[in-house]
Amino acid sequence: MTTTGSPALDARAIRAEFPMFVAQRPDGRPVHYLDSAATSQKPQVVLDAMNAYYCETNANVHRGVYEMAAEATDRFESGRTAAARLINHPREALVLTKNATEAINLVAWAWGVRELREGDEIVVTEMEHHSNIVPWQIVAAMTGAKVLFAPLTPQGEVELDALRALIGPRTRMVAAVHVSNVLGTINPVREIVEMAHQADALTMIDATQSVPHMPVDATAIGSDFLVFTGHKMLGPTGIGALAATPERLNAMEPFLGGGEMISDVTTEGSTWAEIPWKFEAGTPPIAEAVGLGAAVEYLEALGMDRVREHERATAEMMIDALGEVPGLTILGPRDPDRRGAAVSFTLDAVHPHDIAQFLDSKGVCVRAGHHCAKPLMRVLGTQSTTRASAHVYTTDEDILALRDALIECRTWFGV
Amino acid sequence: MGGLDDLYQQLILDHYRNRRGRGRIEKPSASVHEHNPVCGDECFLDIRVEDNRIVEIRADGDGCSISQAAASMLTEVVADKDLNEALEIVEHFRLMMHGGAEPDEDLLGDAIALEGVAKYPVRVKCALLSWLALRDAIASYREITAHGG
Repeated sequence: MTTTGSPALDARAIRAEFPMFVAQRPDGRPVHYLDSAATSQKPQVVLDAMNAYYCETNANVHRGVYEMAAEATDRFESGRTAAARLINHPREALVLTKNATEAINLVAWAWGVRELREGDEIVVTEMEHHSNIVPWQIVAAMTGAKVLFAPLTPQGEVELDALRALIGPRTRMVAAVHVSNVLGTINPVREIVEMAHQADALTMIDATQSVPHMPVDATAIGSDFLVFTGHKMLGPTGIGALAATPERLNAMEPFLGGGEMISDVTTEGSTWAEIPWKFEAGTPPIAEAVGLGAAVEYLEALGMDRVREHERATAEMMIDALGEVPGLTILGPRDPDRRGAAVSFTLDAVHPHDIAQFLDSKGVCVRAGHHCAKPLMRVLGTQSTTRASAHVYTTDEDILALRDALIECRTWFGV
Repeated sequence: MGGLDDLYQQLILDHYRNRRGRGRIEKPSASVHEHNPVCGDECFLDIRVEDNRIVEIRADGDGCSISQAAASMLTEVVADKDLNEALEIVEHFRLMMHGGAEPDEDLLGDAIALEGVAKYPVRVKCALLSWLALRDAIASYREITAHGG
């Protein structure tokens, strides 16, 4: 165990602050929730903040003259401020979206469709989530640009030399994931961003799996665009963010048009609001932004360094525990310093669906399938994997329950 | 763990461990490739048809115990059936999976053991994969013979 200046997180005490863990399942089964890479559980303070907004100051934001509307605007904008603070980014350059997928699509459409030309290249990695592949394929098909995939090492890390070789004069965008949702790999995003910038290409970092689990400094990473989502970081669904450089946002045309995003509208045409509102057409997800703000405050109170240390220790324990299961193969880096606590594995001939179903009967919730990363599945030579993933509330008991259920599962299916 | 035993009846595990009708047909009358978008599992289904009857059926591909057992059972249940009969059986199975039919063992044979899958919406697709592949294969066969014959 590495030691940090402050005491480790007490996952058991944290669980008491999450109503999902306090409530009993109808059949009394325990809840060993190991699917936080799909979505995290929500602490009571997040639910309370959203409820308080609806109960105390529900009004539309930005235009209301009355006091309650001003309060609603304050609470909404405080959510933005908190999210920007968490990643050390200027608040005016943090666009609130529905989720990370929408944030990437915003860039693909508002920048890609307008700027990409025949023969231009978009470079992604083989470990991307579909959300950082499909939007680029769509704009590539519209513009004649190409999407190129940087290969991975057998250990499940980006082959940096191969990536460097792929980036050239035609490269306009390099889009890479910070932490893989399948392999758990932490990518050297600063290095990747520098590589791209040396070739005058823009950069997009998908920080969906990193912002919830470790200190992320968007300014230090230095990418042109960085996206993340609220529901994986203890916040609600329906809210995500695009953090971009103010210059880039100012230079871009809007993505969606409508209310809120205009400066003036005449029958001849329209002009746009200041950033970030230029990119926030229509009534935004107000309660969700409030919930996101509360989630950020909750994480800040825990301390992102301690959150990361808990994750690192959890990944280490998970890898050790899974190593005790006969016939189990872990995909991705073994070194807990180089990975997050989303751990994918295969188990002999037992299919991931069967594993997940069996584990469910023991109260262990894991994900089985392609994890929205089918190109990666092809690289790994499999159709699907089973994935266990942790967060601040994950305890040793959860991991031991996973291990024991897997050992039993193998016998049960008779392999 | 009654739920688990309900889902994974012994008959299912038996078909999973000892697959019937697995493989490909060299010269099929029709051939279909289906995949399950949820998990990426694939199914290759070949049929050979003579006098409007399924004289040979084989299913290949990897998948979970439910999808593999369902394919195994399918190849037994529809073997030597007239195409319309086969379609009727598939439709009955489909309705059972969606909780819309009282299962008829005479029609379904061993596949009646899959009844419990209906309670697990994500797994219904696993069970249906090969069965709907047969429906497509018959449609494809009829198209080929209508145009080519």
